[in-house]
Amino acid sequence: MHHVTLDRWSRGESVLHRRDARVKVLALAAYLVAVATLDAGQQLALVACGALLAAGLLASRLPAGALLARAAIVLPFSGVFAIFSVLGGQPGRAVELVEKSYLSACAVLLVAGTTPLARLMGALESLHVPRFVVLVVQFIYRYLFVVSEQAQHMRLAALSRGEKGSFRAAAGALAVLFARSEARAEAVYRAMAARGFSGRIPQLGTPQLHPADAAFLIAAVGAAAIIRIAAGVFS
Amino acid sequence: MSEPLIDVRGLRFRYDDGTQALDGVDFRLWPGETVALLGANGSGKTTFVLHLNGLLAGEGEVWVCGVPVEKKTLADVRRRVGLLFQDPDEQLFMPTVIEDVAFGPLNLGLNTEQAEKRAREALSQVGASAAAGRAPYHLSAGEKRRVALAGVLAMEPEILVLDEPTTYLDPPGQRDLVRCLHGLPQAKILVTHDTLFAAALATRAVFFERGRIVAEGAVREIVEKFSWTPGAGTKPAG
Repeated sequence: MHHVTLDRWSRGESVLHRRDARVKVLALAAYLVAVATLDAGQQLALVACGALLAAGLLASRLPAGALLARAAIVLPFSGVFAIFSVLGGQPGRAVELVEKSYLSACAVLLVAGTTPLARLMGALESLHVPRFVVLVVQFIYRYLFVVSEQAQHMRLAALSRGEKGSFRAAAGALAVLFARSEARAEAVYRAMAARGFSGRIPQLGTPQLHPADAAFLIAAVGAAAIIRIAAGVFS
Repeated sequence: MSEPLIDVRGLRFRYDDGTQALDGVDFRLWPGETVALLGANGSGKTTFVLHLNGLLAGEGEVWVCGVPVEKKTLADVRRRVGLLFQDPDEQLFMPTVIEDVAFGPLNLGLNTEQAEKRAREALSQVGASAAAGRAPYHLSAGEKRRVALAGVLAMEPEILVLDEPTTYLDPPGQRDLVRCLHGLPQAKILVTHDTLFAAALATRAVFFERGRIVAEGAVREIVEKFSWTPGAGTKPAG
């Protein structure tokens, strides 16, 4: 599963892994804004964004091929809109859509692959992303493993009784999985309440920012800003 | 004689679907005791222990260390009664083990340094210090059980309530758990089907049947009275 791979990657060692999660999130936001606001005609700027991403990928020591392949998961979605653009007589816009979505997915994976989820969530919270959103993401990630394991057990149980992959059986299994997930949600809440939960999840402190983090933030945001401004000036 | 740590009188509880889960339970836990709650599935054992922590509220009286279990005393009661759930995956929800174990102490109002210190001490108490930085989903069943227990111990409870603690554990894991629990000074309530586990730890047993305690006494006596021995009745005839 993708999140298992990301989890393993995020525990690696590189200059990007060592950076504070908050500066990585801010750098990612700046990069995404720069990519999203480029126009179809600004291909050189998109290439520069790609080069910036390649530099990050090199610094991260993540397996480039695997990351690029995983980022391709967005292509079917952006591809649908690209087809509509082509049909609407805007082939340039179609290319732009695919390029931007792919670059953005690569950048998100780069940050997620170099930051353990706990730190990523802590960073989002300290950057004032609503606590509710952070909690939901955290719980989804935590229990994805448990629910997927349950789903695998149910599949094996069905196969062992001669199930041949019918739609009806899959629908039934899905319904049971939902019911079990709901029961588990209640049980998790009970376990949290038993340890004094009163609606707020306290955190174990916030890490300190180092000069290298500040330098990274200035460099990353600066590079994204320069690409965006230069694209505007020279177009 | 000293006051009971837990004093339950006439406890009744009915679920929304109409099931009468508890039907007049009287129970006392004395300091230093370890009591095993035995009984068939659905006999009311788990429903009963959820009342001790204020997670369910039925009719009757539940007192913990002289404090009545009611809405305004819940925080105090939950600090005094540490509840270990049957499935550790339900208890371990934070991204890392140390954060999960510190969750309870932080809820008690400790600052981050104190909470982390308590969490590390609790992990050391259960022999799981090495797991501090790991994600709960990467742990084995035995490790998860220990970490979940550390999460409870970090709150420094006066009473430990353990719901089917040997579930998912292999025999070495069960032996480790018995050793670990033996070393803990708290009074304990064990909800279990595992009579060997109960015999290894409990000083007394009570037997639940249809929401009532129908017998209590020494573990061996209760086990024999209800033919609750592992494998009893499974031999082929002849």
